[in-house]
Amino acid sequence: MSKKSPSKKAEVAVSDYDARLAPINVKLGQDEKIQLYRDMVRIRRFEERCLRSYQQGKIGGFLHLYIGQESIAVGCVSVMGDNDHIITAYRDHGHGLAVGMGMNEMMAENYGKYTGCSKGKGGSMHYFDPSRNFWGGHGIVGGQIPLGTGIAYALKYKGIKGACLAFMGDGAVNQGAVHESYNLAALWSLPVVFVIENNGYSMGTSQARSSAGPSLAERAAGYDMNWEILENGHDVLEVRDKVSQALKLAHEKSLPSVLEIRTYRYRGHSVADPDTTYRDKQEIEEYKRTKDPLMVFQNALLAEKTLTDDLVRKIDEEARAEAENSAQFAEASPYPTVEDIKKDVYWEIDNPADRKSQGALFFD
Amino acid sequence: MPVISYREALRAAMSEEIERDPNVVIMGEEVAQFNGAYKVTEGLLAKYGPKRIVDTPISEAGFIGMGVGAAMLGLRPVMELMFFSFYSVAFDQIFNNAANIRYMSGGLISCPIVLRGPANGGTNVGATHSHTPESIAAYHPGIKVVVPSNAYDAKGLMKSAIRDNDPVLFMENTILYGETCEVPEGEYLVPLGSAKVMREGKHLSIIGHGRPIQLALKAADLLKEKHQIDAEVVDLRSIRPLDEETILNSVRKTNRVLYVEEAKPFCSVGAMVACIIQEKAFDYLDAPVKRITSLDAPAIYSPPLEKIQLPTVDRIFQAALDVLK
Repeated sequence: MSKKSPSKKAEVAVSDYDARLAPINVKLGQDEKIQLYRDMVRIRRFEERCLRSYQQGKIGGFLHLYIGQESIAVGCVSVMGDNDHIITAYRDHGHGLAVGMGMNEMMAENYGKYTGCSKGKGGSMHYFDPSRNFWGGHGIVGGQIPLGTGIAYALKYKGIKGACLAFMGDGAVNQGAVHESYNLAALWSLPVVFVIENNGYSMGTSQARSSAGPSLAERAAGYDMNWEILENGHDVLEVRDKVSQALKLAHEKSLPSVLEIRTYRYRGHSVADPDTTYRDKQEIEEYKRTKDPLMVFQNALLAEKTLTDDLVRKIDEEARAEAENSAQFAEASPYPTVEDIKKDVYWEIDNPADRKSQGALFFD
Repeated sequence: MPVISYREALRAAMSEEIERDPNVVIMGEEVAQFNGAYKVTEGLLAKYGPKRIVDTPISEAGFIGMGVGAAMLGLRPVMELMFFSFYSVAFDQIFNNAANIRYMSGGLISCPIVLRGPANGGTNVGATHSHTPESIAAYHPGIKVVVPSNAYDAKGLMKSAIRDNDPVLFMENTILYGETCEVPEGEYLVPLGSAKVMREGKHLSIIGHGRPIQLALKAADLLKEKHQIDAEVVDLRSIRPLDEETILNSVRKTNRVLYVEEAKPFCSVGAMVACIIQEKAFDYLDAPVKRITSLDAPAIYSPPLEKIQLPTVDRIFQAALDVLK
């Protein structure tokens, strides 16, 4: 991993780098490659179905779509071990599917239904599945980064050889909480990998208009932390390679890293963003044409005959059907009840047999 | 029974819980090597070592958020805010993350963290260091708030707070740290949400929380001495959960209420308690509920004036006479 300036990185002959030859990728079997592809397709089809539901008025609030960034969540999660944990911001659908959450519970959450992963209490921005080491789904930009640092702290405290992948967008790097987390992680050698999914725009403000300095990851150098920029965030294999190296550093030496993964989102910041003021359509089309993560990986797998046209079609149809079914499941599910509003606020209220305190916890 | 200080009582509570549960970790600015800015954690590093007693940088949003994350994974961090006033630097971590994580996850995640530190004025440290945010904290469902007024309660409440599976904001008082009372050695718990009748009386109820309870007890002595008035003094001890029963029983007995607290008057705990009383015991009231709070301005520095801005024994005494008119 590079630790100084980007120019030093260039010396290692970037052009010779081939992610396919990385040890973690060489050992991938055909089925595993197909699964990576399938996971990316499932995210895209789920997101497209979410968009339709949103446009139909079925989903409230905000909807931040992950389309264009699928290779990151899928690549990162695919190299996580049993004791590795993950936390992210509000663009969390891709991470949720990647860790193995079901489309049904996710779509139902978007619909505000009781069958949702948070019983309809969190919404699209607040998915959680601690049984799969997924700690959210957080709405405040950068606010989840101290939490991810704390998860890493707890792992180290308990003597567990694991790490936390703490995701943020490029807008989060200017939040104080992120820098405070960097400092703590570096100071105490915490096993955390800070992953910046840099899609170029913090809402409608480009990186050039929001963030000083030559790159976002390089700020880690000020904390003497390892850092690296992944130019090819659309390449799921490169993501796997670089993230697995950072995880290895966390596992074996309990060292933190900052990875800036360059990517692109095809839709607006949220669906409420008309996406007409800060970039032109040509920029989007150019990325889709040359760097679409699904297309790039599909082409590679077709070329090596891991995928066939029939299989591509089948995977796509299955993903569409799965997403469609999730919308039907969400539609048919019940809303939470009025009584549910005051549940899941206090552990003690939800576990009355074990309550130790007295008095009123709720007020009229 | 040993007589120990409020500070020693807190330290004893933390020591006992450190020994009882390997997941308890004490963190904060200057809590370890420096032995605590107010010496609450004095000696703990020597006794328990740097894994359990952790000095943090001056980085409240970072280390408190880190504590919240660690609590999600099962640690029980007891985080010291050198001054509770610094909670505002970590507001997002406390009130978006600690308070809401259980709710937004549909009950899948809990957050057994304690944030503790002194929340008081009266030491001439100016407005930035003298906040009394108990009503701001208790405003947030998901949060519990405790304000002990004496050493006995400080120990028993701290032990309960550390064992609690919900986030507890534990507000202490630098002026009380040296105050002593009888405190049993070893295990006892004061449950959150149980108020205490500190003094029985029949003519009016002086209800409140925090250090003003000590002032109210002195005022009650004066009321008895000078006017043969028997004031009942009720210490809430815990703001949320709130012991409405003990409050209402006292109101039904005396029919007159004075609420005392160090916070500012607008939207204070006293305002909430007055609301509950008028709603649930209106027919028992012979006079409007009166409140004594700090005078409604940022905490003034000037030492003689700050004494006047805060509740005083005399103000409580006079207000009690007003309630009885």
